[in-house]
Amino acid sequence: MNTHGKVFRYEDNVDTDVIIPARYLNTANAAELALHCMEDIDPEFVHKVQPGDVIVAGWNFGCGSSREHAPLVIKTCKTGCVIAKSFARIFYRNAINIGLPILECEAAANEIQAGDEVHVDFDTGIIRDVTTGKEYQAQPFPDFIQNIITKGGLLASLKEAQ
Amino acid sequence: MGMTFTQKILAAHAGLESVEAGQLIQAKLDIVLGNDITTPVAINEFTKAGFSDVFDKDKIAIVLDHFVPNKDIKAAEQSKQCRDFACAHCVSHFFDVGKMGIEHALLPEQGIVTAGDCIIGADSHTCTYGALGAFSTGVGSTDMAAGMATGKAWFKVPSALRFHLTGKLPANCSGKDVILSIIGKIGVDGALYKSMEFDGEGVASLTMDDRLCICNMAIEAGAKNGIFPVDDVTLAYLKGRSEREPVFYEADPDAVYDETYEIDLSQITPTVACPHLPENTHPASELGDIKIDQVVIGSCTNGRMEDMETAYRILNGKKIANGVRCIIIPATMQIMRECVERGYVTAFIDAGAVVSTPTCGPCLGGYMGILAAGERCVATTNRNFVGRMGHVESEVYLASPATAATSALTGYITAPKEEIA
Repeated sequence: MNTHGKVFRYEDNVDTDVIIPARYLNTANAAELALHCMEDIDPEFVHKVQPGDVIVAGWNFGCGSSREHAPLVIKTCKTGCVIAKSFARIFYRNAINIGLPILECEAAANEIQAGDEVHVDFDTGIIRDVTTGKEYQAQPFPDFIQNIITKGGLLASLKEAQ
Repeated sequence: MGMTFTQKILAAHAGLESVEAGQLIQAKLDIVLGNDITTPVAINEFTKAGFSDVFDKDKIAIVLDHFVPNKDIKAAEQSKQCRDFACAHCVSHFFDVGKMGIEHALLPEQGIVTAGDCIIGADSHTCTYGALGAFSTGVGSTDMAAGMATGKAWFKVPSALRFHLTGKLPANCSGKDVILSIIGKIGVDGALYKSMEFDGEGVASLTMDDRLCICNMAIEAGAKNGIFPVDDVTLAYLKGRSEREPVFYEADPDAVYDETYEIDLSQITPTVACPHLPENTHPASELGDIKIDQVVIGSCTNGRMEDMETAYRILNGKKIANGVRCIIIPATMQIMRECVERGYVTAFIDAGAVVSTPTCGPCLGGYMGILAAGERCVATTNRNFVGRMGHVESEVYLASPATAATSALTGYITAPKEEIA
């Protein structure tokens, strides 16, 4: 699996309130929610994002609320993956559980710039900045988590195990 | 190698002699919790995956608290979906309007969570119940769905930060000032993926409401859970309340911690987290003249009986400053009733405040106290992110009930005087 697209770049501590503000959480409809993805930090995001594009951010991405709506709207906008220096733990679980690819890579998050074109291979964890020609190696997932990803999310993996 | 308090509980629930940090385990769950925002997503996932039965109708809690009484038609539809699911599966701990409270005040109050439990909740502040000596952590809706179906969850066993408490809090400080000070010190990801374990002789002087408040905001330091040792205060709180037999665990004497922080409670001062991160803390007395438009006293962090008592002691017989809207929200119906019986509600209204039935509403910018551009609020809630309580250009200052009530009277962020609080 891989993704290829342009980079949207954000700083540290991007919280779930700016990813999907709570005022919209009176619905669980993913398509409706996705219209407001990143609205309070970057109102242009939903108008500019193209399938396969990549979010690159600093430390503690997805901190705050446990709302699964946050990785869900990013996935529904067809964002290819999120690369960050670190992820808040509930966001990390939620992304794995719903099948939004995420990668931890400090060097990539430091150097890749907004608008760069990147290619990300999830199987190897190699992130290639096509614009600069530089390559980065992301932290690999433990086998247990890789298995959830391969099976298409937590519930699919549980159902298969039954 | 010795285990931390958290690791002891996780090992027992995974059926293992011992566990160590970093190990991936499957643990049995004592309670699986959800609310009116997160449960609909969980129900959809549960149904989509083809599950038909919940693992145990007595071990699931569904609390309608974020947008109730329903704020609009869509919120009403979400509540209805939760209600129908709870009814279809005979969920015994389903709390609707009239019985509900803010989940993290309600579950301990009702004895649904107890010492030694392993709990997940589709709400980040589920870490609150660590105050009772339980392992309790926030997860998302898919984990809630899996928990409802199987009664189990996967965890990566956390390492821990130890907070060794000594001394006794000054009279104008409470648990909120302790946890804000700690977050100010270690940062919003200072405990990322880790447990925050509290111990030391200072613990005995903290009330259960202080401990619930401290553990509630462990997530604001990125922690997986916060946990307090079981002592006489815990036993007195659990007595006659726990619906299941509590089980008492403790950290091994040779438990290994990533770091130990010494916290002298006597040195804590009234603390405020300024916009837009909970780590941006300052002593309330050093903030100067910051004019405010609104005060909110309530939430899963500070809507408990002691918080109401503090608000009453400060507001009784006084008047809220002109130009300040003061919203007081007791966190459960039992607390609400007590406030009515003790005459607090009359005193709050006479002071010029409004009093609402339990809801999370304003804390997350849902409804009941949304801020306009440029407005400032002092809130006893737990997050002050951009746009958290309304417009992206509004500001939230996090503080204790004593600081919030004192500020409501002056119209500026004001540290509580020792003699009032």
